[in-house]
Parts: sequence; C-alpha cells; structure tokens
Amino acid sequence: MKIGLFIPCYVNAIYPDVGIATYKLLDYFGLDIDYPVNQTCCGQPMANAGFENEALTLAKNFDEMFGRYDYVVAPSASCTAFVKFNYPSILDSNHPCRTGGKIYDVCEFIHDIVKPAKLPGRFPHKVSVHNSCHGVRELRLSSASELNIPRYSKLKDLLSLVEGIEVFEPAKVDECCGFGGMFSIEEPAVSVCMGEDKVKNHIAAGAEYITGADSSCLMHLQGIVERNKLPVKFIHIVQILASGL
Amino acid sequence: MSTKHAKSATLFIRNREQEQWHNETLWFVRQKRDNMAMRIPEWEDLRELAGKIKMHTVSRLDFYLEMFSSEAERNGITVHWAKDAREHNEIVYSILEKHQVKKLVKSKSMLTEECLLNPYLIEKGIEVVESDLGERILQLMGEHPSHIVMPAIHKKREEVGKLFEEKMDSEKGNSDPTYLTHTARRYLRREFLTADAAMTGANFGVAQTGEVVVCTNEGNADMGTSLCKLHIVSMGIEKIVPDLKSLGVFTRLLARSATGQPSTTYTSHYRKPKEGGEMHIVIVDNGRSEIKGDSEHVQTLKCIRCGACMNTCPVYRRSGGYSYTYFIPGPVGINLGMLKCPGKYYDNVSACSLCYSCNNVCPVKIDLADQIYRWRQNLDSLRKADRTKKLMSKGMKFLFTRPALYRTVLKMAPAINYLPRIFVYNKLNAWGYGRELPRFAGESFTSMWKKGKIRKTNKQ
Repeated sequence: MKIGLFIPCYVNAIYPDVGIATYKLLDYFGLDIDYPVNQTCCGQPMANAGFENEALTLAKNFDEMFGRYDYVVAPSASCTAFVKFNYPSILDSNHPCRTGGKIYDVCEFIHDIVKPAKLPGRFPHKVSVHNSCHGVRELRLSSASELNIPRYSKLKDLLSLVEGIEVFEPAKVDECCGFGGMFSIEEPAVSVCMGEDKVKNHIAAGAEYITGADSSCLMHLQGIVERNKLPVKFIHIVQILASGL
Repeated sequence: MSTKHAKSATLFIRNREQEQWHNETLWFVRQKRDNMAMRIPEWEDLRELAGKIKMHTVSRLDFYLEMFSSEAERNGITVHWAKDAREHNEIVYSILEKHQVKKLVKSKSMLTEECLLNPYLIEKGIEVVESDLGERILQLMGEHPSHIVMPAIHKKREEVGKLFEEKMDSEKGNSDPTYLTHTARRYLRREFLTADAAMTGANFGVAQTGEVVVCTNEGNADMGTSLCKLHIVSMGIEKIVPDLKSLGVFTRLLARSATGQPSTTYTSHYRKPKEGGEMHIVIVDNGRSEIKGDSEHVQTLKCIRCGACMNTCPVYRRSGGYSYTYFIPGPVGINLGMLKCPGKYYDNVSACSLCYSCNNVCPVKIDLADQIYRWRQNLDSLRKADRTKKLMSKGMKFLFTRPALYRTVLKMAPAINYLPRIFVYNKLNAWGYGRELPRFAGESFTSMWKKGKIRKTNKQ
C-alpha cells in the first residue's frame, strides 16, 4: 500500500509540526509513505472565493502528482473534502479525477482504514474537540448536530485511545467558527464575532487545549485568543495522537 | 472593497448585546427544531421524500397547475394567472374595486411582500391591515420583515410596548408579552369586524382537490376569511403539491422545521367560497418559471419558506435580516435574490462561510450552500467580484503553479514574522480586525523533507 502524503500549503509554511506528526503516525503503523516535493495547494481558497478557474491548473497538477498512489492522506479535513467533492466537477472530461475517490483526512484514514486498537501516546490534559464544518458536514467525521442519525465521532474515538486525556466538546457542538477561507477577510466583523463565540464555548467546556482536524479553523481561533490574551492553547489532533512518538 | 452585507453586519455587531440576543434567540428556535426532528425516527426519510415530491411536482408543473386550477374552478373558486408582480397587483386591485372594498385585512404572505402589494393598494386608496402580530407591529413601525417566519424577531418587547402605547393606547411602561398580545388582539378584532375583504397567502395548493392550505399560529387568517365574504389568495406557482397524501409529508415537516412545534396551531384548508361569498386565487409566476430551466438553481423552487436555514445560519444570526439587500434574508434569500437580479443583489453572496448547516436543516433538502458556492463562481463574469479576493486568487495561482518559486517563498516567509506591527496590522489587513496573524515556522515541511530531516524510523 503506497501512500501519497499531502501537506496543505499553510500547514507546510505555518504548522510543519502537524505534517511531521502525521508522517510519524503513519510511519508508526508501518505504512509506505511518499511526499511528492512539487506539491503546493489544492486550490480551495480560490474556488471558495469564486475563482474556480484559478484552481483548475492546481487541480490538474495535484491529480497527476497524486493519482499514482493507493491512498492520498492529508492532515486537513477541509482540503481533503475539497479534493474529494469538488475536483470531480472542476476537472473536465479530458481529465477524469483520480484522486477524489482515494483521498482521506488523516484521522479518517486511521479510523476507517488502519483501525488501530491502541496508540502509544499519553496526553494528560483537558482538550475540547473542534468539530470543523467540512470535517462534520462533508467528510462526516462526526454526526452532524442537525441530522437525526446515530451519534458518533471518529475524532473522539481516536482520542479515547490516548492515555490520560480528558475530552470535552463546546456548546453548539459543530457551529462554524467563522474562518471560511476568504470569508474571514471579506466579512471580518462576522468572522471574528463567530470566532470569539467559538473560543468562549471551548473555554467554558473546560479546555486547556482546543484540538481538531483542521489547522485553518485553529489558526483563526488562535489569532483571536492571542489578540485577546485568553487562557487556552491549540494543538492539532494528530499531534496528540502522535504524542508518544 | 467590502459588500453592503459586510458593512451592515459590522454595524449590527457593533451593538454586541443586541447581536448576542438576536443570535441566541434564533439559536433557541434551531434547538427547538432539533428537539422535534430527533423525536421522529423517520425524519431523514421524510426530508428525502419531501425533496423528491417537490422536484417531481416542479418537473411536471404545467400538468399539476392545470389540475389544480380546474379542480378549484369546479369548486366555484375563480382562478387568475399573473405573470409578474404588476399583473398580480392589478388583478387583486380589480377584484377589490369590483367589490368596492375599502378595508382589506391580510394574513402573512411573503409573496405579497415580493410583489409590493401593500404600497400599491394604499396608493389606490385602500386601507390595508396586516393581521399577523409580527407583521402588524412592523406595519405600524413602517418597517419590513427581518425574517420570513418571525418577521419582527429583531424587535424587543420594550420596543413593542412603546409602539402600542402610541398606537393602541396601552398602559405606559407595560411590556408584558401577554398584556401586549391581548391589547393587539382587542385592537385587531375591530379591524376584522370592519374589513370588507380578507387576503391570505398559501403554504400549499393541492392539485388533486384544488384547495389551498394556510398555516398560522394566531388564527388570524381564519378570523379574516370567516368574517369577510370575499377571500383572495395569493399563491406562487411552486406551492403546488400533487395530492393530500403528499401534503401530509409537508405538514409534518413545516412547523417542526420552522419553529419547533409539532404543527402550526391552525392548518386551514380552503376548498370553496363560503355561501353567498367569493373566493379568488391569484397564481403568480414572477420569474419562477425561468428558474425551472436553470439546472444549477432549480432546487430553490422546492422551498416551503420555513426559515430553518436562517435560524441555523451563523452569519444570519449575527448580522440580522436587514443586513441583506434582498427582502428574503439568510441562505435561501441569498439564492433567491441572485435569481431575481444578480446585478442588484450580489452583495449578499459574501454572507456565507460555507458551513453547510443550512443544507442539513432544510426540510426539502435544497443544496443551499452549494448554490452559494456556484453564485460566487459567476460574480467575476458579472464584474461584481471582490477585487482583493480576485487579486489574491490570481497571485495564489501564480505562486502555486510554480513549485520552485513556492519553495523559495516558503524559505523567505519567516522574515514576515519580524516586520514592525504597523506594516502588518493596518486597514489593508482585514485579518488583523480582531485577530493576530499566524507566525511562519522557521523551516517548512518541504524543506525539512528535502534535507532528509523527516525520515522513516519504524522498521516494521
């Protein structure tokens, strides 16, 4: 089984530790991982802003680069969802999408494909899980609060394998944090207001750390926490899962 | 360049207390909706079925409309067809004129808002009285609805108390909801008794039987239609459902989705004129048949106007109905506005973080967020795209299609961390509005990978 590791642009530049933790975790499970060095961005920021045309070349490059792997794995639910659900329609009939069917968010991949019975890590802290919109409502990493379906959470399942951890969730469990890509700069007042509310709910849940599968949401919330000097820290979920490695 | 929505939202949020109250009030309605939805084991099947029934009906709309109108006429109802708002208003006026109506009492109808019927009739000298309490409050204040189901949700009871003191001679300083409701009721009763004609909207038109169904909580539609001999119904062409059996699917979904009630207090079926009276139905197109041919947006025709997408929308709750430039706000309003006139209503397309919650609460499963995504793709060809976003998207494409340049930029990026604050936090940086910027890592993942710093340790 050959895995193509996709490290989204902003994770690459700002949160390389998230990439390292992802690699370590996959390596711990004995998987064969490759990192194509010419990778850049999936194109989601432009497409969500209304410029899908600017994302087309990136989608083609991405699909060619990663099409040869058995699985594509990325530490970002949102980028994964974009490739999975938008690439098939962005790429035209001359270039049928190969990666849409085999890309996984790293948590989804570990939960659904690797299915470990235990993890080596220990993380004796209180964490509040940030259920990101694209993780919940596109990738279905947990049951969306609006739907009448059995309750589950792949993120909480994985965290429960970590020793010493206490897991919480905020009120309004999967309400949007207000990042939304370029929404954050086109509607800054609403975006910041949503983020402030979100942080408040995470802190009220009793969190030392806010964790989740999307560094983009965490980046936005961290910006708010730092501006307002609030008492909470951030960590990507793979960093917790890989904490013993 | 920021949209009208973004600007109005900024003002709305400036009064943080009011914003929080608005947010929490609507969230409470969303929670009531959740409680109801979770109690129906077949809820998700019902939504699926409702969506399919609506699409089926829309795809055979001519057939069902003909069935509806011939059944209605067989029952003694007069059916009128209006191709647009102007025709609708003229038809309504001609009926009122023929009957020498001086006072018209109305129950809630978003279609008459769409057609701007009230100002049209008032100009013709007819007294128009809205009888839904929320609508009446707004009519007396000279404002329009900020929500399609709870039109005066943005008003606090103290404001209503003050208004009633002035208009209904209520006790000074009394804003007790029960007291205010009783005051309005006494006041409205006089209006009902002296009206010459009643007008209602229609939540559903049943093709099989030619009847219209009107759902209210206050019984105001029934007061009007019971006391007046003349009843005029204003109904959009998309309100048709095939038969009574399919109607049941929608009446189970509507109130649960809208307000978290198992059903509206009154679900009134109007099938024929009362003895010695007249009943007219004005069936309105006003652009709807054009949507039918638009495969990307045809699903908006399924909408049953429950308002659930507004209650769940994190942007609507924090920006209020008036921050949108179309008369219907929230996710469905963004889409309906663009279908009405993109050049006029494009400002609302920014009011979405693409969280997809609206898709999940919609009782007829309209792909609301996906449609907003698609509208964004069209803004540039309409020359309405945000310039900053366009520039950023072009710049990103330039950078990301050049892997070597991208790697060089990754190397240089950390220098930004050391820029003086004034260069980073200024009016040009919308991110800096309430947020600190993230810091670039000393070394990127790619660089570490290329140097062999990230390597296999597991010998399994």
